[in-house]
Amino acid sequence: MTMHEPLLSIQNLDIAFGADRTAVVHDLSLRLDRGEILALVGESGSGKSVTVKSVMRLIDQQGGHVTAGRILLTTARQPSVDLALLDERQMRRIRGARIAMIFQDPMTSLNPVLTVGAQLVEAVRQHQPFDDGSAKARAVAMLEKVRMTDPLRRFDQYPHELSGGMRQRVMIAMALICEPDILIADEPTTALDVTVQAEILALIRNLQQQTGMGVLFITHDMGVVAEIADRVAVMRYGRIVEEGPVGRVFDAPAHEYTRKLLDAAPKFRHAATATLNDASAAVPPVLSVSHLTTRFPVRSRILRRHVANLHAVEDVSFDLHPRETVAIIGESGCGKSSLAKSLLRLIPTDEGRAVLAGRDLLSLGGQALRAARDDIQMIFQDPYAALDPRMSIRQILSEPLRIRGLAVEEEGLSALVERVGLPEDSLDRYPHQFSGGQRQRICIARALILRPKVLIADEPVSALDVAIQAQILTLLEELKRDEDLALLFISHDMAVVERVADRILVMYRGTIVEQGPALSVLSCPAHPYTRRLLEAVPVSHPAERFERASLSVPTAAPIYPVGTNIEPARWQTIGPEHRLRVEV
Amino acid sequence: MLLFAIRRLAGAVPVLVVVAAVVFTLMQFAPGDAVSMLISDEASDADKARIREAWGLDDPPLTQFLNFLGNAVTGDFGTSFKYKMPVMELVLERLPATIELALAATLVAVVIGIPLGVLAAARPGSFWDSFTSTFSFAGISMPNFWIGILLILLFAGHWHLLPSGGRAPWGMGLETMTGFLLLDALLQGRMDAFWGALKHLALPALVLGTNMTGIITQLTRASVQEALREDYVMTARAKGLGGMRILWRHAFRNALVGVVTIIGLEFGALLSGAMIVETVFAWPGIGSLLIQGISSRDYPLIIGLVLIYTAIFILVNLLIDLLYTLIDPRIRIN
Repeated sequence: MTMHEPLLSIQNLDIAFGADRTAVVHDLSLRLDRGEILALVGESGSGKSVTVKSVMRLIDQQGGHVTAGRILLTTARQPSVDLALLDERQMRRIRGARIAMIFQDPMTSLNPVLTVGAQLVEAVRQHQPFDDGSAKARAVAMLEKVRMTDPLRRFDQYPHELSGGMRQRVMIAMALICEPDILIADEPTTALDVTVQAEILALIRNLQQQTGMGVLFITHDMGVVAEIADRVAVMRYGRIVEEGPVGRVFDAPAHEYTRKLLDAAPKFRHAATATLNDASAAVPPVLSVSHLTTRFPVRSRILRRHVANLHAVEDVSFDLHPRETVAIIGESGCGKSSLAKSLLRLIPTDEGRAVLAGRDLLSLGGQALRAARDDIQMIFQDPYAALDPRMSIRQILSEPLRIRGLAVEEEGLSALVERVGLPEDSLDRYPHQFSGGQRQRICIARALILRPKVLIADEPVSALDVAIQAQILTLLEELKRDEDLALLFISHDMAVVERVADRILVMYRGTIVEQGPALSVLSCPAHPYTRRLLEAVPVSHPAERFERASLSVPTAAPIYPVGTNIEPARWQTIGPEHRLRVEV
Repeated sequence: MLLFAIRRLAGAVPVLVVVAAVVFTLMQFAPGDAVSMLISDEASDADKARIREAWGLDDPPLTQFLNFLGNAVTGDFGTSFKYKMPVMELVLERLPATIELALAATLVAVVIGIPLGVLAAARPGSFWDSFTSTFSFAGISMPNFWIGILLILLFAGHWHLLPSGGRAPWGMGLETMTGFLLLDALLQGRMDAFWGALKHLALPALVLGTNMTGIITQLTRASVQEALREDYVMTARAKGLGGMRILWRHAFRNALVGVVTIIGLEFGALLSGAMIVETVFAWPGIGSLLIQGISSRDYPLIIGLVLIYTAIFILVNLLIDLLYTLIDPRIRIN
């Protein structure tokens, strides 16, 4: 074995699926060295996930075959083996022991009926002759290594008792428990909050430096690449189109597609100027929310007594003006979506008013509520789940009109379809015939058919590829101007928020802790929580990497005993229109 | 957990009252007359009237029902017209036989159905899978009484391997302790009696369990296949685990909630199936007792038995709910 022999060398790999052997990866060559992090980048469907799964030979069960090429693994412990030629029994000795893998969604990747400890012990005992006691000791040590608090207690907990970030730490602990030579990470932070993502990326980087393993990191996010990779390989249509050191790829992308990816990536803190704000404070607000409070009862285990309340939304007040975009930012569980659902009366509220066009949305009932909903519509995060697969686009778009007893006019539907940038013949097609971006356009058209004054968009682009994200955001901005819409934009993605928001509300544990003009909040965040959110955003160029101080902000759910008196919010002005909540 | 069980049992009381009311009402409309079944046709109208009065049959229906409820609270379900014995005593004497049969049938279904289903799920489209699906469809679609008669002809009539009916050989001389023959034989260390009882139990249990076996096989196959598509199975494979370990420890454990649910629901079907199987095999359980009760218009016996069936069904499903919490840690009782 020479020094230059790579740890993993994929040579001229072809992968095909199904009985008819549809090729999905063509003539792919790639190498991974010891102690480096190689990012494999590409949009969904580019074949990156299939490629790394073929290294583990995990595609076999899904009907995939390596039809040509070699996958050479060369470690200090063993001479080169071609993984493509091994049988299942031999592969099992590689999986978990020499090459380990972590997956995108830590919520579903752990077995819900086995304890964390059982899953860790199983991983180590599969490959090493440990007895129960020493396997447990090893597992607890691993949990400590991935910086889980209270590892002994975690050992006996079930996955559902842990947060998403903690579950991904468990996945990492499980992957590294047999000290593999290679870690494959398949979009490991995509399903996580940006703050948790920063922690997990730092952890992977740190463990990689400690162990000297090679990391093959799959992502679609150029920010994550800038944050973590040593080298980058860009994939498209099952082929590598560009490969090189991370700095060179960012500074001088050789392939047109790489340039496109880099341009499409929303770059935080790089926007030329703040978005042009057409909204004027002189115009009366279209939606005026005051002291909105939504609490969910928490009941005791046995007698079901109402013992406490989860203050999902607590004393929230803000105005929304025509042609204005107000962004609500915060981590999952902070109450963003509960606020949106409260405004639409999809969940019951406890207190407060939300005046839209002279009517208080929160006190209306029956017919009046239905009429008021014409003025406030919503689009959801997942355009795949938000459309009824059995309804044609015509039916989807005309349903709101029918419910309101309005005439369905053919010209109106066609004009709307054209307005949101869908092909002319869309009306008689069904949702499955459209791509993710097109489906989100359908959702937008559906929301606009009643000509609302306010549009609530709950993470409208986070399920979409970056290039598509940019198109949808542009569409929303145009519609806002042309249709006099006011947008309430919920997002965890700071780069997206920076691009679209005129004003920002920062939500933390059910309350708004900071609010102000987007530029001001993003450039001079005042609340520690806002600072933490912004600092966690991945850099947009590898040269900007920095060590993040671990700012710890408590994120426990806001549960208070029944009858707890919550002080009304008091605000401290720290800039023009920029206000910070005074902590009691 | 105890509180949950108590609350559920308390909730069962109104269910039982409603069931009793429905059965009582239906019997008011049923053709035929208990009295004409009890005494010969030549009896005078005066005699008939006397009997009516003695049994309380000429009270208004509501009074009859309320009297029944009042007595039932004290554990008195009335006296059987036909057997001239307290209903409770009759039922308790026969209940162990039916429970023994139902449990044995469930055991047959679980022991055959689950492995078949899991193995079929592991290799979809294989010969094993097609065999399993043919087998389970046959089990679901063949009527109990027909399989019963077929098996009696083969095992008892043709090969003389197993008895054709009854619950135990004559003159076994086993002392009744629990009423469950297998248990009694074991408790008294009588292996000969145990074998005798087991031979009698084998055919009826197999026949009664056929339907449930088919259903459990199908459902296990579907649930395990679904579980095999989950992300955590990919994680398990990435850890280097072997196929069998992934199948049983990871996929099957997650599929078990659905399987257990269907066992609970199918137990109801099993009880009604037992009426037919008990009749075919001359099994002295409450199923055959109910059929006799219905044909002789033995109202107190019918109501008593229907209530026992309802209570068993409620108890079994309570047990299933408690079982969920052992299988899936995410399910918490509340």
